[in-house]
Parts: sequence; structure tokens; C-alpha cells
Amino acid sequence: MNLILQIAKRILSAIPSLIGVVIVTFLLTRVLPGDTAAYFAGPAATPTAIEEVRKKLGLDKPLGAQFVAYVEALAHGDLGNSLTTGQPVTQDLAARLPASAELTLIGLIASMLISIPLGILAAVKQGSLIDHACRLIATAGVSLPVFFTGLLLVYVFYYLLGWAPAPLGRLDVFYSPPPTVTGFYLIDSLLAGDLETFRATAAQLALPAITLGLFALAPIARITRASMLSVLAADFIRTARASGLSARTVIITYAFRNAMLPVVTTLGMVFSFLLGANVLVEKVFAWPGAGSYAVEALIASDYAPVQGFVLAMAVLYILLNLLIDVAYGFIDPRVRLEG
Amino acid sequence: MSETSVDTIPRHATGLAATLQHARYVIGENPVTGLSVSLFALLLIAALFGPWLVPYDPLASDTNLALHTPTPQHWFGTDQLGRDIFSRVVVATRLDMGIAIASVAAVFIIGGFAGLIAGYFGGWTDRIISRLADTIMAFPLFVLAMGIVAALGNTVTNIVIATAIINFPLYARVARTETNVRRDAGFVQAARLTGNSEMRILLTQIAPNLLPIMIVQMSLTMGYAILNAAGLSFIGLGVRPPTPEWGIMVAEGSGFIVSGEWWIALFPGLALMLAVFCFNLLGDGLRDIFDPQRRT
Amino acid sequence: MTHHPLLTVSDLTIEFATRRGPVRAVEKIDLTLGKGETLGIVGESGSGKSVTSYAVMRLLDRAGRIAQGHISFSGISIDQASEAQMQDLRGREISMIFQNPRAALNPIRKVGHQIEDVLLRHVQATHANAKQKAIDILTQVRIARPEERYHAYPFQLSGGMCQRIVIALALACQPQLLIADEPTTGLDVTTQKAMMDLIVELTRERHMSTILITHDLGLAATYCDRIIVMEKGTLVEQASAAAIFKSPGHAYTKKLMRATPRSGIGLRDLLPDDLQTGAQPVPRKPPGVVLLDVENLVKDYPPTHGASLMSRLLRQDAGADKPFRAVDGLSFQIKAGESLGLVGESGCGKSTTSMMVMRLLDPTSGRITFLGQDTGAIPAAHFARSPFRSRIQMVFQDPTDSLNPRFTAERSIADPIYRLGSIKGSDAIRHRCEELATLVGLPVALLDRFPHQLSGGQKARVGIARAIALDPALVILDEPTAALDVSVQAVVLNLLEELKARLGMSYLFVSHDLHVVRMLCERVIVMRAGRIVEQGSAETIIEAPQADYTRELIAALPHPPV
Repeated sequence: MNLILQIAKRILSAIPSLIGVVIVTFLLTRVLPGDTAAYFAGPAATPTAIEEVRKKLGLDKPLGAQFVAYVEALAHGDLGNSLTTGQPVTQDLAARLPASAELTLIGLIASMLISIPLGILAAVKQGSLIDHACRLIATAGVSLPVFFTGLLLVYVFYYLLGWAPAPLGRLDVFYSPPPTVTGFYLIDSLLAGDLETFRATAAQLALPAITLGLFALAPIARITRASMLSVLAADFIRTARASGLSARTVIITYAFRNAMLPVVTTLGMVFSFLLGANVLVEKVFAWPGAGSYAVEALIASDYAPVQGFVLAMAVLYILLNLLIDVAYGFIDPRVRLEG
Repeated sequence: MSETSVDTIPRHATGLAATLQHARYVIGENPVTGLSVSLFALLLIAALFGPWLVPYDPLASDTNLALHTPTPQHWFGTDQLGRDIFSRVVVATRLDMGIAIASVAAVFIIGGFAGLIAGYFGGWTDRIISRLADTIMAFPLFVLAMGIVAALGNTVTNIVIATAIINFPLYARVARTETNVRRDAGFVQAARLTGNSEMRILLTQIAPNLLPIMIVQMSLTMGYAILNAAGLSFIGLGVRPPTPEWGIMVAEGSGFIVSGEWWIALFPGLALMLAVFCFNLLGDGLRDIFDPQRRT
Repeated sequence: MTHHPLLTVSDLTIEFATRRGPVRAVEKIDLTLGKGETLGIVGESGSGKSVTSYAVMRLLDRAGRIAQGHISFSGISIDQASEAQMQDLRGREISMIFQNPRAALNPIRKVGHQIEDVLLRHVQATHANAKQKAIDILTQVRIARPEERYHAYPFQLSGGMCQRIVIALALACQPQLLIADEPTTGLDVTTQKAMMDLIVELTRERHMSTILITHDLGLAATYCDRIIVMEKGTLVEQASAAAIFKSPGHAYTKKLMRATPRSGIGLRDLLPDDLQTGAQPVPRKPPGVVLLDVENLVKDYPPTHGASLMSRLLRQDAGADKPFRAVDGLSFQIKAGESLGLVGESGCGKSTTSMMVMRLLDPTSGRITFLGQDTGAIPAAHFARSPFRSRIQMVFQDPTDSLNPRFTAERSIADPIYRLGSIKGSDAIRHRCEELATLVGLPVALLDRFPHQLSGGQKARVGIARAIALDPALVILDEPTAALDVSVQAVVLNLLEELKARLGMSYLFVSHDLHVVRMLCERVIVMRAGRIVEQGSAETIIEAPQADYTRELIAALPHPPV
């Protein structure tokens, strides 16, 4: 009961952020220098087409009315139409989001599997070789431009070694995508029992996922190490050791669970970076996700998809943060019981 | 009285001298910080004097020389238009650093001040500023920067503005927290008793105590600002060809990676990486100098 | 006492690796502890008393190591034992309780589970009966409703209750030796007494040996059989508790003993002989006219500070919306040249009261009349510009926190002069600072130093110099010596007394320590839960307290054998 109430409270607390995001995206479309209608109509539009767009977007009305219209359209899932594809932006994004999500999630999971144990080991064996390695990775890792890492990996693993397929999307042209169930090719191909497609998908996914994973490695390893170090220096760890508890119990049951709290909080920030890095990685690997859709639209001065993308990413990010908040409540009784 | 005799405590250097002494000590102990200082000097020289130092005109193309591997004449090789990559990389330093410094300086002043008053006065001031910071933080930051540049127009100035905006919450939050813990510190209470006005306390008592941590913050976000600006130009925002800029040069070279012409993307990419690395190390080093307790 | 001691420490030297090379924290210590004996290790900060006990547990920091010497515990060489052997010893044979009990417990694990962890580790319970055993132990440390508390997290318990849990953890496996490291520092006196009585009772019952590590000689003498005094890493004296107070041998013990506030002595008696100036103390003048008149002072704090609309909507218990009354109808007066002590335990409203008198905080209702003016009517936010501002000043609790780390001592002292003083010109101000420094016994050469270059006592002097820079009529002393070692406290208290007589100020002295208040103040107010429990002359309150609560407070003070 209490838990449900807490979760309800978290969901409610995300509402101001949502409102803020909607206002900001609205403002972004209206502060366009010059004629907004001309911008939305695209570079090749005729004056009559521009007028038509102006009417359609309600740009001839006062700002307040425009905002109401904007929110109404949003409520119906209407983000406008893309000039490039001719489709509704909502539909385009829905078709491309699974590709981005699959890439980002695989990258994040891989990087957590490496960085969290690395951070813990570094803190437990402070001053050892592994600690120095962890610190080097943490500093060097945040300095790597993600698009540059991607290109280096392509050069080494595709051009020089020939281990990886050409960086051209989710699946080699010789394969056909598995029947859509989840939109994640890895899962869908397994569901279809098509191991050959699964292998091909994994091969395509490997380099971009590693690129994103390397990017997320540094911040997670850094915060894990730092928070483990501070927890290991805490008084209650001294009590646990003075009670003769084994090193395993002290590190896992006592230190690690406490150290996870800042790590979980940092994951929010990591998601923010990842959703941005995703755009760059998709461009490098010609990945047909939401990010490359936005970049293509940007280059074509097609504004509605860009705006839709920014809004969709913000909403996604708010939901992820919500998830993190709820997870935090599960770990920390102080949050769960006191709110 | 015994415990106050002058001899019981060794004479310390004071003020600036002490900080310098400590700085020398930290650099001596951690040669990496020394390395980052030299890297920074190198970047500064390239940014200030780059155009006069380079052997070739960064914009001059010569199709006869296109796509040459690095040679003694062209240290970093030439690109698809036969332009000298070394010259372009060096000249680009000014633009990349300029964008980063301008945006960080702007957000240091605006974000720092906003955090200062939010943390000190609390109440509505705090609520409005915190809400603003939260709203910006509700976006994935790079995506928001994309949106801002797309909306405001595709110019370098707007890249500076977008980078400053997405860094605003970081600065405002650090300044706010640091102010908040000091708001009721004994020395601030004491300053109130001695007739200082609130604004005066804020500026003379609290702000100077925030400087070290804000400078560390600046150094750490410089790297992020450089990455952000380069990322935006990589996807075709802000800087336009043929202007030499690291992000755009990597983007130009990206098409040639699959055919094995690695040098076009590698050298600007390395320059970018080194610059960011330098600021991150510098930030860590500065943190050791100013704030030994916060070391990680 | 048996002929085979339980613990023998011989020639123990402990080194810490620091940036400036190895530093010896403890040098050549010898001590023994018999079965069932209680040993006190007493010393001021930096004496190495805690480090010694950590060495016995082999729980030194990464940087610390036993450089020399032996520790033997019931036939086992602690300094030679493997880490696995030590893990078996810790908690089962030797256990430890710590200062700051709340931090000593895992914040996100139920306290019952934390006790079970220890029981299961040392095979004192099986998974089937661990819970029952844990509840039994909770009952033994007198925790009410133990079945319920078993499921509590540390943040749901009071400081005293957390310390009981820590004691339960330490005694769960019936060890032979308990090391208590400042177990009651930071707790209120009544809680301190309850806690010490509990420890003594439980360890006696189990025929355990105890080492009590404390800075408080009085506390050690009250509860220990034998006392060891340490100074700067060396052992300067050991004797029975009774002998230490009767005939301290070492000069340092004498100084420490004299500086410990206790009944029946005056401020001057706190100082060692070499600091007795020989001059007659300035006699106290009879109090003059009424300087400060406080009537019916009330302070309410709004409920759930800063709660959002959302959490208010979702709040289940409407009862928590009542404001919290920190100060509840307080009235008192201070006359010119008088010192009034405000005594009470944490949360009694004494600090809130002083902040309101100080005009840093606005009262909810009530009058504050200072120098014949209704100063309570001037909002705190505007008081900085009031002519009364310079007439009330304050000395803060923590000398470190109360000095701006970026100001030199001179700049800190001069700040009030710049803002409110009549002296102008940098030479004149420098001269005044030197004069003030001399007045508070701060060497003039230290005026150019920053706070981190000064000792605790020196920082306290800077704080006092700043408070008296404008010749205030009333100075509020908010636990001005709570953060200082006793020997420094003795000096600072005497300085305050001398300054008061010389400059004709009045003091409002806020403190938790009745002994200290008695020595410095003519009159005392005892507060509890925002109200006055008792007030009267300092002597009467200590010698013949009327209220039960005052009696309880006095009974809780350590009573060393004299």
C-alpha cells in the first residue's frame, strides 16, 4: 500500500517536468528567427504553400491560442508531418525508436556489466594495478568523442581486420528483417527461430553497441569506484568489520548495497548522455534509428521531425528517470518509508 | 598562555604564496597534472598564434595533392581537396576553444549567480531557478542543444548559446548547494551580526568561498563543452565547411574510413580528444589543489 | 583480578604513512588488562587513545601499521594472527562500540538483520533461531517493544536507541573484551548516564573486561577501576581511578584533572599552577539595571518545511501538519554586568532562544526589550542596520565554522569595525585589532594567519575578539567551548570571565554543561521542551535543585570518586 502510494507520488512529481518540456518545445518552435511558417514549410515551399502551413499550424492566431492548439495536437499524438518522408512524424518515430532502443540498451547493459565490477574492484583494492586502470579508463573514457571512437572501431574491425560487417544499418542487405513482434531484431529473430538472422543482427549491432558502451563505461566506473570508496570509509563498515563479519559480507551486503544508491542516481545522467551520443553513433553507423532520422531532417531543414524527436527523447528520458526513482525507493528504505 | 605560543605551530606561507606552494607540490606528486598544464599551454599557443604558425593556408585546395598519406611535407597528410590537414587542425584550435571558452564563461557568470541567489535566499527565488534548471535537465542535454540550434538558426553564436544553456543546471546546482551549506555557517552569522547587508554577505563572504569549486567545475565542463560543440558540427550544425573545425573535419573524414584513408578523420579526432583529456586532467588536478577532500 | 591478564600490550608503536613520511601516532605503550577489569584510557584529541584500541582489534586504517611491539589476547598473538583468525576473534572474543551510533549502523539494513549477521557469522545461532536470539538481545539492552524494533531501520530510531543497538551487536556473541570508544560523546547527559550504567551492568553480569576510551577524565574515573592517561602518543600515567584524582603523579594528568569541571570548584581552579597569574581575580560587581527583558517568547516552526503541494495532497496523517513549538512562552531578564546561563539538553529550545535574542531569527510572539527598546519589533532582516546591532554580539559554538576560511584573523576581527565601528583608516583599525588580540591573549604575530593555520584555542580567541570589538553590552555565548579540549576550555572560560569583569559586559551563556555554567554564571535557567523548568542562582540550582528534571540532570553528571 505504502509502496503504491510512493510510486504514485513519484509519477505525480514527474508532471511538472513534463509540462516544462512541452512549454520549452513549444517555445523552441516559436522563437525561430524569421517566418516560422516558411521554416516549417521547408526551403522549397511556394508563398501559397507557406500560407497554407501558417493556417494549418494556426500561426496566425495569438500565442496563447497557439499553445492550446499545440497541446491539443500533442494529446492526439500529432507531431505534424515530415516533409522528407511525407508521413506523420509520430508514425516515423514509432517505426524507428525500436532500432535506437535496442542499440542503447545493449550498449548500456554491456557497459554496466563491465564498469560496476571494475569500480568495485578498484575501490576494494585501492592503489592496486586494477585501481590505476580504472582511474585511467574513467578519465580517458570521458574524453573520447563518441563519433571518433566509432570511426576508429570501424577502421580497425571492418577495414583492417575484416571482422565486422560494413557499418551500414541494422542488417546486411542479404537478410530480411525478422517478423516484427518487439521491434528488437535480436529478440524477434530468436522468436522466429531464425539463428542465421540473429547472428547477422548481432554482428551489425556489435560495433555501435561497443561504441556506446565504451562511452558509458567511464562515468559508471568512476561513480561506482568513488561511492564504494566513501562507503568503505563509513563508520558502519568499521562496525561490521569489528563484528568479525567476513570480507564477502562486508563488501557485498554492507558496502555494495549502500554504494549502489549514488550509482543508480548517476544512471539518470548517463541516460542523458547516452540518448545524445546515440544520435552521433547512429550517424556513424548509418543506423536507421530515431537519431539519424532527426539528423536527416535537420540537414533537409525539415523542422517538424526535429521538434518531434526532441520532445520524444525528453518524454522518454523523464520516464527513465521515473523508473530510476522507483528503483531507488526499492533499495533505500529511507526514501520508501519517509518519502 | 601555553597553547597559544607562536612556536607551537610551524610558520606557514599565507594566501597566494601558500596556494602556489601547494600547487607546485601537487604537480610534483602527480606528473599527470604537470602534463595537462603543458598540454593546455600548447592549446593556448595554437589558439592564439595558430594562423601564423602553420606551413600552409588551411583553405587552399590542390586536387593534385588530394588524399595523400602523411609525408614530411604534409605531417598529417592531405584531405580529399588536397588541403593540408596539419594546418587545418592547428588553425581549428581557435574556433573550437573559442566556442568552449565563450559558452563556459557565460554560464559561469549566469549559472553561478543564479545558483548563488537561489541557495542563499531560498523561497520563490530558489523555486523558480530550480524549476528552470530541472526543466533543462529533463531533456537529454545534447538533444536539447540540437533543438536549440535548429530553432535559433545554424550559426556558431547559437552553438555557444546552446552549450551555455545545457550547462546552466550544472553550474546553478553546484553554486546553489555550496551556498546553501554556507548560508547558516558560523562565519556568515557572524557577518550578519557585524552589520553586513545580505547582498554584501553573499558577495564578500560566500562567493569567494565558492570560487575554487566553481573553477574546478569550469575546467571539467570545458571538456564537455568542446565535445558538445564538436558533436553538433559533426552532424552538420553550426560551423560550415570549408571552415576548419575538428568536429566537421572528422565528419568529412568519416566517409573515407571504410576505404582506408584513416588520416583525414584521425588527426582532428585526436586533437579533439587531447583537448578534452587536457581539461579533464586539469580539472582533476585543480580539484586536488583547491579541494583535497573531494578527491576521487 | 587474576594473575593471567586477558590482554597484554607491550612496547606498542604505531606508525601512519603520510605524505610527509611516517608519523608515529603511538609510541612504546605497555598495558595489561585483567579478567573482569574496567580500564579507562583518557587523553585529549591526538593523544593516540583510539589508535591503540584499533590496533588491539587490528582495525587500523590502510595507512597505519604496528611498527613495533606485541599485543597478546588470552594467549593469542594479535600482531601475528592471520586476517582469518582476526575475523573469528572480532565480535566473538573482542568487540567494540563507537562514537556516533547512528553512523555506526548500516543505514539500509534492518537492525534485527544486522544483529543476526553477527550471530550467524560466529555460529551463535542457526537460521531457525536467529530471529528469536536477536530479539532476546534487544530485550537485554532494554529496548522497548523489541519484536517491533527488530524490523526498524537506524533512521527510525533515536541516537540513544541506536547506541543500544550497537551495544547489542557488540555483546551478541558474549565476547570477553569490550572496547568502548567515546561511546557517549555527542549524547545528552541523561542518555550518557543511562548508556554507561547499561554497559557497566551488562559487562559485570557477563564477567567481561572493558576498555573505556574517553576524553572525559571525570567519566573514566566514575566508571573504571584503573585509568591510563595518554598524551601525544605516549602513556604518561597509570593508576587506580581513586588515586588519579587524589594524587595525580604526572604534570599532564594534574593539568587535565584540574581542567575537568566538577562540583565545588571555581573557574580559577581549572587552570594549572603555571597559568595562575597570582593577581587577584577581579571581583564580580553587583548587577546593575535591567539590560534585556524577554517576555512570553514563543517560536513556532511551520510543519513539513518546504513540502510541495503534491506531498501535502498525498499525506496520510493530517496530524503532522501542526506547527512545531520550539520555544513556548519564555520570560527572563538579564541585568547589566550579569551572566545568565541557559541550560538544557539538545532540542530544548536554548539555541532558538539565543538566536531570537540575537535578532537573527524572528519570534512568533512575545517581546524582547533591550536597552529599553523593543528590539523584538525590528524584523531580523533589518536588524543589521539597527543601532542596536553593535550592542549585542555573539561567540559561536564551533570556532572553525565561525571564521571565514578566506579571511585572515585580522580581517575577521576587523569586519565589525569596518561595518559598524567608529574607527576609520587602516592604521587605526590595525592598531585596534592588535589591542583586541592582546586583550584576548592572541599573539599579535598570528593576526595575519588564516583559520586553518591556527589551533582550536587560537580560533576561539579570534571569535571572542571579534565579538567584543564593538564594546557590546551583551554577548551571547553559544556553547563556546564545546568543540575544545578541556585544558583549552579551562583557559577560554577564564578569559571570558576576566573580559566580562574588565569590560563590564553581560553574558547569556548557552550550554549543556551544568558545571561550566555554574562557574561562569550568577544565575541559571534550566529549559526543557521550550519551557523554563527552574531558575535561580547558580549555587542554589546545583546544591538544592527543586524540579525533578534538574535533579535528574545533576544526577547524570559523572561523579568521580574524590
